[in-house]
Amino acid sequence: MTDLLNVRDLHIEFRVAEGVIRAVRGISFRVKPGGTVALVGESGSGKSVVAQAIMGILPRPAHITRGEILFADPRLPKTIDITKLNPESGKMRAIRGGNISIIFQEPMTSLSPLHTVGDQVGEAVILHRGVSKAEARGLTSEMLRLVGFPEPVRALDTYPFELSGGLRQRAMIAMALICRPSLLIADEPTTALDVTIQAQILKLIRDLQGELGMAVLMITHDLGVVANVAEEVVVMYRGEVMESGEMRDIFADPRHPYLKALLRAVPRFHMEPGERLVPIREIKSAGGKMLEATKEPWPAGADAAGPLLSVTGITKRFDTSGTGWFNRNRSSGGGVLAVDDVSFEIKRGECVGLVGESGCGKTTLSKILMRALRPDTGTVLYNDRGKIVDVLGLENDDLVAFRRKLQFIFQDPFGSLNPRMTVFDIVSEPLVIHGIGDEEHRRQLVKELMSLVGLDVRYLKRYPHSFSGGQRQRIGIARALALRPDLLICDEPVSALDVSIQAQILNLLKDLKEKLGLTYLFISHNLAVVDYIADRIMVMCKGRIVEVAPRAALFRNPVHPYTRALLSAVPDPDPDSRLDLALLGEGRASDPRSWPEPFTIDGDNHPGMIDLGDGHLVRATARPALLEMAS
Amino acid sequence: MSADPIDTRRLDHYVSTAPFDPYSVEQMSPEQERYFMASQWRMMWWKLKRHRLAVISAGVLGFMYLTILVSEFLSPYALDSRHIHHIYAPPQGIHLFSDEGFVGPFVYGYDYELNMDTLQRVYTVDKTDIQPIRFFCRGDDYDFWGLFPANLHLACPSEGGTLFLLGTDRLGRDMLSRILHGTRISLTVGLIGITISFILGIVVGGIAGYYGGWIDNVIQRFIEVLRSFPELPLWMALSAALPVTWSPILIYFGITLILGLLDWTGLARAVRSKLLALREEDFCTAAQLMGASPRRIIGRHLLPSFMSHLIASATLSIPGMILGETALSFLGLGLRPPITSWGVLLNEAQNINVVALYPWLMLPVVPVILVVLAFNFLGDGLRDAADPYR
Repeated sequence: MTDLLNVRDLHIEFRVAEGVIRAVRGISFRVKPGGTVALVGESGSGKSVVAQAIMGILPRPAHITRGEILFADPRLPKTIDITKLNPESGKMRAIRGGNISIIFQEPMTSLSPLHTVGDQVGEAVILHRGVSKAEARGLTSEMLRLVGFPEPVRALDTYPFELSGGLRQRAMIAMALICRPSLLIADEPTTALDVTIQAQILKLIRDLQGELGMAVLMITHDLGVVANVAEEVVVMYRGEVMESGEMRDIFADPRHPYLKALLRAVPRFHMEPGERLVPIREIKSAGGKMLEATKEPWPAGADAAGPLLSVTGITKRFDTSGTGWFNRNRSSGGGVLAVDDVSFEIKRGECVGLVGESGCGKTTLSKILMRALRPDTGTVLYNDRGKIVDVLGLENDDLVAFRRKLQFIFQDPFGSLNPRMTVFDIVSEPLVIHGIGDEEHRRQLVKELMSLVGLDVRYLKRYPHSFSGGQRQRIGIARALALRPDLLICDEPVSALDVSIQAQILNLLKDLKEKLGLTYLFISHNLAVVDYIADRIMVMCKGRIVEVAPRAALFRNPVHPYTRALLSAVPDPDPDSRLDLALLGEGRASDPRSWPEPFTIDGDNHPGMIDLGDGHLVRATARPALLEMAS
Repeated sequence: MSADPIDTRRLDHYVSTAPFDPYSVEQMSPEQERYFMASQWRMMWWKLKRHRLAVISAGVLGFMYLTILVSEFLSPYALDSRHIHHIYAPPQGIHLFSDEGFVGPFVYGYDYELNMDTLQRVYTVDKTDIQPIRFFCRGDDYDFWGLFPANLHLACPSEGGTLFLLGTDRLGRDMLSRILHGTRISLTVGLIGITISFILGIVVGGIAGYYGGWIDNVIQRFIEVLRSFPELPLWMALSAALPVTWSPILIYFGITLILGLLDWTGLARAVRSKLLALREEDFCTAAQLMGASPRRIIGRHLLPSFMSHLIASATLSIPGMILGETALSFLGLGLRPPITSWGVLLNEAQNINVVALYPWLMLPVVPVILVVLAFNFLGDGLRDAADPYR
C-alpha cells in the first residue's frame, strides 16, 4: 500500500511588491491512508501555504518552482501530481472537495450568511456525486447528525448566524466531509475557538476519522493539540523541515534546537514557582530611568485608603431590539445581560487574571473600566495616591487626566496601531495629547520606551506594517507605558500570537511589572497563560464571576464545575497526559443551568459568593460538599 | 512509487542538520527594508504603478492639463480669427511628400467654389498649391493668459495659406484652435467643481458621521431628497436662474458652483460611511483611551485613513462634472461665447443637417470621451491602490 499523499522537495515562492519571498523551500513529508500528520510551526513558517498548494488554491502571486505533490487515492485510477494540474481545471476541481477537503480557522467567515446550512453543506455532494436535491438533503442531515448537531433535520433550514461558534465549526466540518474525502486538511481548526469547544472539535475530528477512514493533515501552532491528535509530526521553520518523525519520538526525544525551544516556550500548569518560560528569541528590556523620574511617588499610607481599584455591582445589559426610524416606540424588553453584578478588588502591585470563554463579558467589563462603555448600575472606585476617585463620575478634564492612570493593551496587534503613522508618532502620541515635555524630551522618552520593550530605536521611522505581530504588540505596550500608568488592563494581549512570541511578551510584561511597579488586570481565555502571570485569578462565565482564588489555590483545589472544565480542557504538550475527551461532555460546561447543586443558576437559584477562606470565593447557594473532600 | 509496504514502516526520526538561527526570521532583504520604510502614499504609488491603464490615463490627463497652460501657443490661430473665405472648410491633411518628392510637413491649398444649384460650398484640394507648415512662427496676435500680448505659435500656415487641420465652423474659425482653447475651460470646470463638492462632502459627511443621531438623520434625508431630483432639469433650472447680465466669466463660475453644489451628496455619503466604519477600529479606541479630543481623532486618525479613498472617489466624479458642463453648454444653458468649452463648440452641432454636411463639427466629442475615460480609468486604479494595507 502506498502513501495517500507524498510531498517531495516542494518549493514555493511569492512574487510580491516587497520582492520574492521563498515561503516553502524543500518540504517533504507523507500522509498514510487513514493516518494523522501534524504540520507544526510559527506563523510565517509556510505551513498554510503547503495546505493551499495541496488544495490547488494558492494565491495569485505564489508559484511552485520545484517539487511534486503525489496524491494516490484508491478511488482515482492513478497517482496524480497536483503540482502539474491546472488549479482551474475540471480534474483539480473534482479532487478539491471530492477527494481532499479543507476546514479553515475562521468559522464565522467560512460560511455564507445568505444560504441555509443545509444548502451549503449539501452543495458539495450535489456537485461531486451528482445526486438529486432530495437525496442531498438526506445525506446532509445524516452528516450533520454525525458531526453532532442535536437536531440535524431542523438544522438544515437554519442560517449560520443562528448557530454558535462551535456549531458553525461543526457545520464547516460537515461541509468538508459530506463527500467522504480520503484526506482532510484542517488549517488551525480550533485556534479561534474556546478551550472547551476546542476539545470537543478535536474529539469530533478523531471520531469521524475512525468512522470514515480518512487521513487528516492537521496544521497548527499549538503543540498541545499536536500531542493530543497526531501520529506523525512535521516541524517547520521558515519553509524548511526542522524535525519530523513519529509523534511519540518527537515528544520523548526532541533533538532540534528549534523544537526544543518551542516546547520550552509553552506555559503549562504546575510550573515551579519563579520558573520562567524560555522564548526562542529573548528580548532585552533596557532603560527605564526617565520613566522612573517622571513617576509620581506613592505617599506612605496611601494604600490605607483602599485597594487600587474596587468594582462593585457592575451590571450591563445590551438591548437587542432595534432603534430605527419607525420603531422608536417599541418597548425594549429582553436584551443580553453581558455583565451581571460583578464586584472585585485589585490591590496595588497585584496581577489579577480574569479568565473566561468568548462572550462571557470580560471585554465588556474592561471597556466599562476604561470608560468606553457606561454600565447600567455599579460603581468603580480608584485609589489615586490616597485620594479615592469615582471613575464613572469623571467628566471632561478630570476624565482626560484620569486616562494617565489607567492604560489598555489591545488583543489585536494589527488593528490597534494606526497603519498610517510611524512608530515614533504612535508611541509619542499620548505624550503629545497630554502635553508632556518638549519635543526633545519626548524624543528621548520614546527612545527609552523602545528599548524598554526591546525594540531597536532605528525602527522609529518605520510604519507598523513592517513589524510582526509580537513586535507590534510591543509597540502597543510602549505606547501604553508612555503615560506612566499605575494600572494596565491587558485584554488578551497574547492570544493572537504564536507560542514562541507569547512567551516573549509574557516575560516582558512580568519584567515591566517588577521594574515599573505596575498593577495588571490580565484578561485571557487561556488558563495556562493566566497561571503563568497572575497572582490571583477570577473565573467568569456568562457575565458572572463564578470563582476567585489565589493562583496556587485555584489550581490545587478548583471548586466550581466550570473552573474544573476549563482546567481539564487545556491540551498539554505531552502525549502521556492526553485530554480525556469523553469526560468533557457536550458543551454543557458553560451552561449555568446544567451545573450540579449547589452551583446551579436558573430561575429559582441565584447563588451568591461564598468565602472558603484564604481569599478563595466561589458562587454557590451552599458551602459545596466537594471542598471537604479536596482539602 | 516504491513497492515496499510503507504503511507498516515507522517514520524515521529526521532532524535537520542545517545551521539554525532563531533570529533569521527577523532579518530582511533590502527590498523589504525599502518597503517597510514607505509611507502610505509611497505604497499607493507603487500599487498604482502596476495598474497600466491607470498610469497611461494619468499620463494622458497630465498632458492635457499641461496643454491648457499654453493653449494659445499650441493653437495655430487665435480663438476668434475668422476666415470668411473658408467657411465650413473640411479638415486639411498633413503631407510629407508631394508629387515631386519630399518637402517636409505641408498641406494642400483649397479651391473654393459655391455650387449655385445646391448653394453648397465645395472645397477641392489644389495639388499644385503646396503650403509648407511653419513652426515657432509669428501668427495671430493673442493675449497670453489674457495678460501679455504675444504672437508666437507652435505652428502656423504658410504666408497667405491656411492650416485647418480639423476644419472650420460656420464663421470660418479653425476648429483645432477652438478645441485647444475649449480644453482650458472644460478641464478646469471639473476641478473647481470637485473642490467645492469635496469641501462640502467632507464637512457635511463628517458632521453626519461623527455626531450621528438626529443630525445624521436630517442630513441623510436631505441628501436623499436632493438625489431624487432628476439631474438635468435641476441643472437647467439653476443655470437658467443665473442673471443674463452677468459677464461670461461670472457665468463660468456660476456654472461650476452649480455643478459642485449638486455633486457633493455622493462624497458626503462616502465620508459618513467610512467614518462610521473607522470609528470602530481599535486604533481609534486607543486614541480615545489616551484622552485624545474628537478633533484630534478626526484630524490625525480618521481623515488620513480615508483621504486616499476620497481622492479616488473624487477622481471618479470629475467626469460627471465635465459631462454636466458639456450637456448644459450643448443645450445652450451653460457657458456662453466668447467663453469657449467643448460643450459650447458642440452647441454648433445641434442641427442634424449641419452634422450630416459638416461632420467635423462633432470632433469636440473626441476629447470629451478621452478625458472621461481617462478619469474613470485613473479613478479605478486609485481606488484599487487606495488601501495599501489590505
